[in-house]
Amino acid sequence: MYNKKAVMIGIVILVVLLSSPFWVGLFGTDYKETGVVKPNQEACVENAAFMRAQHMRLLNEWRDQALRNENRTYVAENGKKWEISLQNTCMKCHTNYDGFCQKCHLSNSVSPYCWTCHIIPTEGK
Amino acid sequence: MLEKLLTGPKRYYLWLLFLLCVIGLCALAYCVQVMTGLGVTGMNRDVSWGLYISQFTYFVGVAASAVMLVLPAYFHHYVKFKRMIIFGEFMAVAAVCMCALFIVVDLGQPHRMANVMLHPTPNSVMFYDMIVLIGYLCLNIIIGWVTLEAERLEVAPPKWVKPLVYLSIIWAFSIHTVTAFLYAGIPGRHYWLTAIMAARFLSSAFCSGPAILLLLLFIVRRLTGFDPGRDAIKTLATIIVYAMCINVFFYLLEIFTSFYSNIPGHMEPIIFLFQGHGGHLAWVSYFMWAAVIMAIASLAILIPPQTRTGKYLPHALVMLVLASWIDKGLGLLIGGFTPNMYETFTPYMPTGIEITVALGVYAIGALVLSLLWKIALGIKRDVNNFCD
Amino acid sequence: MNTNRRKFLKVAGLSAFALSSGLAGLGTASDACAQLAPGSYGHGDKTAHAKRWAMVIDTRQFKSAEDYKPLIRACHEAHNVPDIPDNKNIKWMWLDSFEHVFPDDMNEHMSQRIKNAVYPLLCNHCTNPPCVRVCPTQATYKMADGIVAMDYHRCIGCRFCMAGCPYGARSFNFYDPRLYLPKPTNPRFPTRMIGVVEKCTFCAERLAQGLMPACVEAAKGKILFGDLEDPESSVRKALAENYSIRRKPNLGTQPGVYYLI
Repeated sequence: MYNKKAVMIGIVILVVLLSSPFWVGLFGTDYKETGVVKPNQEACVENAAFMRAQHMRLLNEWRDQALRNENRTYVAENGKKWEISLQNTCMKCHTNYDGFCQKCHLSNSVSPYCWTCHIIPTEGK
Repeated sequence: MLEKLLTGPKRYYLWLLFLLCVIGLCALAYCVQVMTGLGVTGMNRDVSWGLYISQFTYFVGVAASAVMLVLPAYFHHYVKFKRMIIFGEFMAVAAVCMCALFIVVDLGQPHRMANVMLHPTPNSVMFYDMIVLIGYLCLNIIIGWVTLEAERLEVAPPKWVKPLVYLSIIWAFSIHTVTAFLYAGIPGRHYWLTAIMAARFLSSAFCSGPAILLLLLFIVRRLTGFDPGRDAIKTLATIIVYAMCINVFFYLLEIFTSFYSNIPGHMEPIIFLFQGHGGHLAWVSYFMWAAVIMAIASLAILIPPQTRTGKYLPHALVMLVLASWIDKGLGLLIGGFTPNMYETFTPYMPTGIEITVALGVYAIGALVLSLLWKIALGIKRDVNNFCD
Repeated sequence: MNTNRRKFLKVAGLSAFALSSGLAGLGTASDACAQLAPGSYGHGDKTAHAKRWAMVIDTRQFKSAEDYKPLIRACHEAHNVPDIPDNKNIKWMWLDSFEHVFPDDMNEHMSQRIKNAVYPLLCNHCTNPPCVRVCPTQATYKMADGIVAMDYHRCIGCRFCMAGCPYGARSFNFYDPRLYLPKPTNPRFPTRMIGVVEKCTFCAERLAQGLMPACVEAAKGKILFGDLEDPESSVRKALAENYSIRRKPNLGTQPGVYYLI
């Protein structure tokens, strides 16, 4: 192999650079809470862990069920019935858009465009 | 083979630089369109497709026309076409790229484009159009590249290319047929609801595509000295004449059916295109009459064998291309939409931004074509298959 | 290149392709049937049901364009439809003359009352909708109850449906609709976004709550809405007792909106 030394050093630098986010994540201490303002209600549609991880997929599923199958009611695992609607169900409790949705989305660098169509509740503004 | 792109005379680099500048400027116009929406175009609630889709339609035809070189060469072993086949195939590649871009710039939500593949819908002609265009692009890239590589190495092309070539011949007919089906299967658009649409598309493609190819090759001949060959030009000119005659004939068939049946809905688009509305000629009427005159003039030059390959051939081809472009690139969409579904008239005229974006797509097509042809010309020169 | 190496690369490439495409196929197949949510889905308790929703408009009871205004206002306010003052505007329900609405039924000597009246237009919710046939993403689709619905989330804005619709029922958002709707009129209903197509939905969201469509409610009995498959329904009775026409019936789309003339 030509330039063995330079190539090896290059590979090492590349590996370190590519894996750097993991190292920073493992040893870094600058993780901050997003500081979302939780609504007063006790429980969401499903448990908090599920909602935190899956709310966007759940919303997609709700959308398809409601729009395509006319299934506009969701019966949660605990038996509670919910009307399927982002605007009229979710945002009834999650009234604080800036403190809840936006805060978490911003700190996670995601920009969903739900609100180009769905109307943000004016309450609390 | 890519190394052929890196060497060339100064004017080659200047040409590329010029194209890049045009593309950059036109991209700004596209940015305006993306930011403010398709409201910047001349399209409206009644005329919901405009310049973009009509250019898409026209260039599907240009892409399909490569078959007019490939078919005689492979089905009839007409060896004189072999030298310029690669230019037809590479022109098809550039044309399909333009088609894809014209669709993208026409979309209201371009970032959701992948939905067509994520939610495949076999009942939509658009779905098949996507499949056949991607297929045709791949076929032409593979066939063109492999045969050119074989030529460079001065060996016969590998055997597995042949079935692909035969497939590409049938595929070429399919792309333009499916494009015609986009229009011809729609109820309530009188100008499009005609069984002859696909045949008309193919005939107009098979005259205008080879005509564009010949014109571009004449420019290349002047710039580089590459000669497609006297006999090849003669044969291609003959093919163009036949296709143009059939194209005109098919249009006259449409006129007969519309006017002899005397059904108002079928007559209205044609009357509008040629006479305008309410006693005033529409702007498109001037173009349509110009197309009629140019079609007749081009046929007058091309039909007599004495003048067909004479010094007026390029003039005839330019007129033929313009006539077919007006018919398919303007008349088709405006005739279909302007007499609207309330049997009234909604005028359409592309805006400056719309034309600029379309020019940008043209420039990208020219860039792809220039680069591919540069490679092909370099190889042809290396292996002494450049002129007689 | 060494033949062995070449062979190896060929086999490796082919198997990688087969594996990835196979996995991709499996992935999409399992996506289609798996449900993410731990709960279950169903219809609402109050939902109004029908096998085939249809509308009968008694145009004889409307005297002028003014009489239709409250219907259009009710519809456009319920659905946050913006008012854009040019030919790129959005229309869910609008008015036009007999000549334009029923071009095939026109003759110049017909009764002045019919000829001079205006008629309301909206999506016909066809039994054989061309817009559904041409949509490349299933963003517009027909539901089991006959309603031709739209999923604005999926629409790519290709406008094939607008070319396909013979009734001009579809509008494209050439502009950002919120520019023309600074304050949405109905906070319970979304607006639309730039670059998607929209149209009347027969108020599927109101039917789900057991309410009649907004225009039907505002018409106070002059528009009937019900199940076309049910011989006892108000629409069937009205059609049995009166002369009715539909727009462009010769196209075979089977519109679900009937006009009593």
